[in-house]
Amino acid sequence: MHPHANSANADHTFEQFLSQHLERDLLRFTTAGSVDDGKSTLIGRLLYDSKAIYEDQLQSIQQSKLNRSTGPMDFSLLTDGLRAEREQGITIDVAYRYFTTSRRKFIIADTPGHEQYTRNMATGASTADAAVVLVDARKGVLPQSRRHATIAALLGIPHIIAAVNKMDLVDYSEEVFRRVEADLQELALQISPSGAQTIHCIPISALEGENVVTRSAKIPWYTGPSLLEYLEEIPIADSNSPEAFRFPVQYVIRPDDSFRGFAGQIIAGSVRPGDRVVALPSKQKTRVRSIVTFDGALPEAGTGSSVTLQLENELDLSRGDLLVSEEGLPNIARKFAANVVWLHATPLDLHKRWIMRQVTDEVRVQATKVRSRIDVNTMESSLASQLGLNDIGIVEFEATRNLSFDLYSQNRNSGSFILIDPLTNATVGAGMITENLEKATRRSDPKLADVGSQGEKPAEPLQTAAVAISERVHRSGHHPGAVWLGAGSSLAAPLERALFEKGFHVVIIDDSQHPGEWSEGLVRGFYSAGMIVLYSSHQALEQKKHLLTSTIQPDRILHVDALSRDADDASLLQQIVAWVEGLRIARPEEGR
Amino acid sequence: MTQYLYEEECDELPAFSVEGLPSVPRLSHLEMLEAESIHILREAAASFAAPVMLYSIGKDSSVLLRLAQKAFYPGKIPFPLLHVDTGYKFPEMIEFRDRYVKEVGAELIVHKNQQALDEGATPFALGTQKCCGLLKTRSLLDALAEGGFDAAFGGARRDEEKSRAKERIYSFRDAAGQWDPRNQRPELWNYYNGKLDKGEHIRIFPLSNWTELDVWLYIYKENIPIVPLYFAKEREVVVRGGSVLLTQGPIPLLPGEKTERRTVRMRSLGCVPCTGAIASTADTLPKIIEEMFGFHRSERENRAIDHDQEGSMEMKKREGYF
Ligand SMILES: Nc1nc2c(ncn2[C@@H]2O[C@H](COP(=O)(O)OP(=O)(O)O)[C@@H](O)[C@H]2O)c(=O)[nH]1
Ligand SMILES: [Mg+2]
Repeated sequence: MHPHANSANADHTFEQFLSQHLERDLLRFTTAGSVDDGKSTLIGRLLYDSKAIYEDQLQSIQQSKLNRSTGPMDFSLLTDGLRAEREQGITIDVAYRYFTTSRRKFIIADTPGHEQYTRNMATGASTADAAVVLVDARKGVLPQSRRHATIAALLGIPHIIAAVNKMDLVDYSEEVFRRVEADLQELALQISPSGAQTIHCIPISALEGENVVTRSAKIPWYTGPSLLEYLEEIPIADSNSPEAFRFPVQYVIRPDDSFRGFAGQIIAGSVRPGDRVVALPSKQKTRVRSIVTFDGALPEAGTGSSVTLQLENELDLSRGDLLVSEEGLPNIARKFAANVVWLHATPLDLHKRWIMRQVTDEVRVQATKVRSRIDVNTMESSLASQLGLNDIGIVEFEATRNLSFDLYSQNRNSGSFILIDPLTNATVGAGMITENLEKATRRSDPKLADVGSQGEKPAEPLQTAAVAISERVHRSGHHPGAVWLGAGSSLAAPLERALFEKGFHVVIIDDSQHPGEWSEGLVRGFYSAGMIVLYSSHQALEQKKHLLTSTIQPDRILHVDALSRDADDASLLQQIVAWVEGLRIARPEEGR
Repeated sequence: MTQYLYEEECDELPAFSVEGLPSVPRLSHLEMLEAESIHILREAAASFAAPVMLYSIGKDSSVLLRLAQKAFYPGKIPFPLLHVDTGYKFPEMIEFRDRYVKEVGAELIVHKNQQALDEGATPFALGTQKCCGLLKTRSLLDALAEGGFDAAFGGARRDEEKSRAKERIYSFRDAAGQWDPRNQRPELWNYYNGKLDKGEHIRIFPLSNWTELDVWLYIYKENIPIVPLYFAKEREVVVRGGSVLLTQGPIPLLPGEKTERRTVRMRSLGCVPCTGAIASTADTLPKIIEEMFGFHRSERENRAIDHDQEGSMEMKKREGYF
């Protein structure tokens, strides 16, 4: 199965072929592994076999005086693009190479194996969808193989593949391969004890091209796909499975007074005109008016798209702000913990302040504690007070103000950051947030909005109760909800009785009984307690109704005045009960 | 304004309901490249005091210019374009430049190393290395210094040449404009560190991850105007040392040379004396793309400057070439 990437299929017209090319998706992968395990050779081979190398480029390599390989041609010279690299026969910095097959376009980052160039390896790996860790079949798993596999896993690369290379030098022995494979599986378990991170192993010879593009006749005992076939099949993390919307404001576009648009790239979720959004950190709320692009307004835009949003309200947002969906707010906190890869000779210590870039935001931070440093050989953590060049550890930080972030495991964009030394401007560290250290705003906790915040004033940071709303819901078996009965309805009492009989936690709020006290705080309080509340009012109806609709999710309110007017009380009651029944949660069948 | 009360956070009660949400189709590779490039352009526009866009009139510049229009729409492109004119460009390029830049409504700065030209800098007299050094590299560094620019966008792609394949998207240049390939800033995720001290600047390559094919596909898909020299046509040429050179513009014939008419086109645009044409009948974009699949030689092969010596591109880049 040769990738006839670069030749139009005779069965198709060229136009069809062209449109097929336009549809192709993109996979980014990185090489990793110890020095001389064959990373650059492998990439050279992939490029060569997929016809991504031009003759003149090939000639200059064939004519090169440098050839450290045992074959007629040193494929590593194709990617080792710096003079020092070719002369020393090593890779110093990442090389990005490109090739296309009939299935997809590939961007490869060929990374250096030396420990001293770990920062460059991390650069190449940070954006990868897959990592190919090279292992020399003769040498087996080396400390650098571990280190790179660990970094790849830390960086959240979804697919790790181990290419057991130089099989030609071990006579394509299955026994050797199985031994290395077993070590790699053990490594996978060390990296991720839960077993979530698997390592898929493929025996290859990069130099001879066995099992690289086409399956090898010399390895009959291996029946899996070739490396390229495997890479062509990898599912790309489905960026469009629905998730909470995240849109960091990059740039404000304001050509004249009549237009104010917020430009940025969607890093999670999708957006449509009319969607409700919250701006962070101000917590102002509005709706999206339109999605503006050079090619016209869009009906929707998904993850990865660079667009410009116009909002309904004239919010004063600027670079660094984050627009998010109302449901699924991120963490908002000053204190957090992160996995850190240290990239600079100046150590991470607890006295310095760094510039932190997180999405488009920039803030000063200080490390308050180095919790541990990871020993890549044993995967064990040890106590440390500093991180030095190429160290990996868990560090606690405190920023000078609040940040909006997700955990790295949830989002590689809003959960990552870099640190810059304000004195030298150097990029000194890369971080992946693992934990919000301020319990009060932890995302996995329930949130009770600030009770008593009034009118248009944005709410204060959300408070936490000791009991999660989800726990209450579990106990009661139903979501909270509100039934707006309007003025002096005679339905309140029979309804309360009927719902109570059915096991609902229900109460009536009638402002003839609580005059003047029909506040937002009251609504929030009952709602947060998980109750079904039957609201009945005698005064200022519109105002009260607004109070409800502005405090409670629309699908949790029933407006009885919107139900059929002609219905008699009995059928109205039935309709209301049916609606409330819809608030029950599905429970797994118990004890049968 | 709406303030909801809480978000539910357990498995049965997802904080974010996906119900009723239509799924948005995943971006194709070209759409992903476009979105990434626009992101880079906006990052830079937001973080530098005085950025400028190098505009070389070629196909990559045309794509870059379109991306800049898209990035800041409906606003204007918030930085000027800079063309470093060696004085040896094809007249059709200059015509195209003046017409198209005006149409786009961008601001254009043209910079020439007039002194070197007056002193007779030609590739014939100096050799390509030296000529390029004076008319391109020196001229560019002068233009950047004169304009006080702290960042310059270029249309270079990593697939063009193997030392380019090593370059970051933000390529740091010291006060002398030089690149130190052994000491580049780590560039993780899509965080670009553009922090500078006085005199330093950053070269920014928004098209880093595009290939030659991507560029053509995009030009086709977006209907982007390009210099007519890219399309095959019968033209007057002279064959010199294996290269087919167009005789338009500043190219004196050497003794004994004769011109002839051939159907040719340019695969990349540089200076008249140093950029060869290729034999081709591709006179439409689909034909050009179809032809690409048959190419066996790289697009920079017909640029004299890249081949003076093994590693010559890296050396020029170290000195400040784009
Ligand atoms: N025999 C053999 N040699 C290989 C193979 N792959 C790589 N090599 C050689 O191993 C050496 C190191 O390769 P290189 O690609 O530079 O390794 P890197 O440091 O991981 O990039 C070179 O001499 C290669 O020719 C292979 O599959 N078989
Ligand atoms: Mg290498």
